[in-house]
Amino acid sequence: MSDIALEKPLETFDEQAAPATRVRGYWRSVLYRLRHDPVTLFFAAIVLSIVLLAIFAPLIAPFDPYKESVISRLKPIGWRNHFLGTDELGRDMLSRLIYGGRVSLLMGVVPVLIASIVGGLLGVIGGFAGGRVNTVIMRAMDVFYAFPSVLLAVAIAGAMGGGMGNGMLALTLVFIPPMCRVAETATTQVRVLDYIEAARATGAGTIMVIRYHVLGNVLGPVFVYASSLVSVSILLASGLSFLGLGVRPPTADWGLMLSTLRQSIYVVPFVCALPGAAIFVTSISFNLVSDGLRAAMDVRM
Amino acid sequence: MIFYILRRILYAIPIAFGVSVVCFSLVYIAPGDPLQTVMPPDATAETIEIVKHAYGFDKPIPMQYLIWLGHVLTGDLGMSISTRRPVILEVTDALSNTSLLALFAVPLSFGIGYAMGAIAGCFPGRWLDRLVTGTAVVGVSLPNYWLGIVLVVFFAVEYSLLPATGMGPSGSTNFHILEWSSARYLVLPVFTLAMIPIGILARTTRAAVAEVRNQDFVQTLRAKGLSEWAVIRHVLKNSLPQVMAVMGLQFGYLLGGSILVETVFTWPGSGFLLSKAIINRDVPVLQGTILTLSLVFVATNLVVDLLQSLVDPRIRRA
Repeated sequence: MSDIALEKPLETFDEQAAPATRVRGYWRSVLYRLRHDPVTLFFAAIVLSIVLLAIFAPLIAPFDPYKESVISRLKPIGWRNHFLGTDELGRDMLSRLIYGGRVSLLMGVVPVLIASIVGGLLGVIGGFAGGRVNTVIMRAMDVFYAFPSVLLAVAIAGAMGGGMGNGMLALTLVFIPPMCRVAETATTQVRVLDYIEAARATGAGTIMVIRYHVLGNVLGPVFVYASSLVSVSILLASGLSFLGLGVRPPTADWGLMLSTLRQSIYVVPFVCALPGAAIFVTSISFNLVSDGLRAAMDVRM
Repeated sequence: MIFYILRRILYAIPIAFGVSVVCFSLVYIAPGDPLQTVMPPDATAETIEIVKHAYGFDKPIPMQYLIWLGHVLTGDLGMSISTRRPVILEVTDALSNTSLLALFAVPLSFGIGYAMGAIAGCFPGRWLDRLVTGTAVVGVSLPNYWLGIVLVVFFAVEYSLLPATGMGPSGSTNFHILEWSSARYLVLPVFTLAMIPIGILARTTRAAVAEVRNQDFVQTLRAKGLSEWAVIRHVLKNSLPQVMAVMGLQFGYLLGGSILVETVFTWPGSGFLLSKAIINRDVPVLQGTILTLSLVFVATNLVVDLLQSLVDPRIRRA
């Protein structure tokens, strides 16, 4: 044992466990690591079921989420056929929670998706072009960094007067700058590497280089970062609805339900806590799946 | 060092300028005429013209911006539409109430979050680490306004231990931090507010500490025969700049992003002012509050940059 001094410390050794990964391709090794991560798998299953519930809401929901009933207002959990009770207008809570997932998921995913495309593109352009183009793009982004994210979303949505479209637009604008920064950092890192120069030397044009050699390195961080933003987006979106800046009543939305049920908190406290619990479960599931993806894809940011 | 400070301050000026442009344009992204909210619906075209002229809305937009900027620089943020008080007074009153929350929430969340992250980072993979990372994930995933509501149900409704909302019977005028009869109003909002920063800080600190611990110099320190405590001290010091950057962001959040928590607890701070301004469509207040809060945020980031360079002189050369 003469090479004891060359041995790596325990933690780094741990992280490079599963020596078999070296023979697999990148995506297969990612899949392998994901398959052996029970926590991520569990929460991925929860995310999947929330998505399925939202898609097939009309088939699954036991009642019409918009059917009001004067005689069955604010009933506790387990009242007659209403498993999760009823809200202040006598609408079935379970059905409304299932339908509410549609808006929340939409508000969680769409802004992140658009911001990833726009911000990612801006970041790649800025990072690849460098020089003045980069300065202009990144300085413009810095201005938006000067606003705390909640404040920026509230400001834009507040000035434009709420509504689902405006809320989505506000969230998109909030996510573009950080997304742009992630893409820019990743691009700048690969731009100076030798293989890019080699590609250029063999006659590849700018578009070719970006398409085949840069994007591959940028998509990983952008994807992982985007997945972590989904939970932020869901929280912010329900926050906007809570303030009256998101979807308009009577649309079933978790943030809005939380806000309208707040007045009834002394009557049926547990029913009032349900929409918040739904937001929490969705958000923590997306968070943990994102953490798992980051670890599996070995992305550092 | 002096040059570095000057450079950072110079760098903050265009950002502050950009912030003012964004805040100014808030009025114009609002649907409809900016005058719609102040004018009676039956106003004649003539009256509208007169008012437009009086407010300077008939001038070209860049000109309007310069006039507005001139007013802002002399501390005039306009009048609140709903209360008829100068916006600057509304904002400073609200900001002082928010600072009261931040005064307790900042040390609480920074202390707990940093300690949690540091402990987890020093024992990666152990049960203590798992516990901390689990708690931190809960912290960042909780909708804090919901946490506020749940806490109110528990502490104010069920057990009547703490007041549910507000700042006490006489508002902020008679608020004394040192007296429990006033201070008890702080407990729930401060705790609710601290939850997210605790989670975010614990996660960042853990990542930063774990990363530094894997660097080569740590092994050198051990080889030199330093005790584990001394090694940890070095690791913590080297992970500090990264943590401080996040602390700066969270400080900004605690000052400005507390809008949801303040709304839940009807705490008369800057966030509550904003949410009232939104409900009343009070654009001058909305604009003034956001401008002030973002400028405070820009200043905070500047201070953080300078502190970072004090801790890690290498940053100055970059």
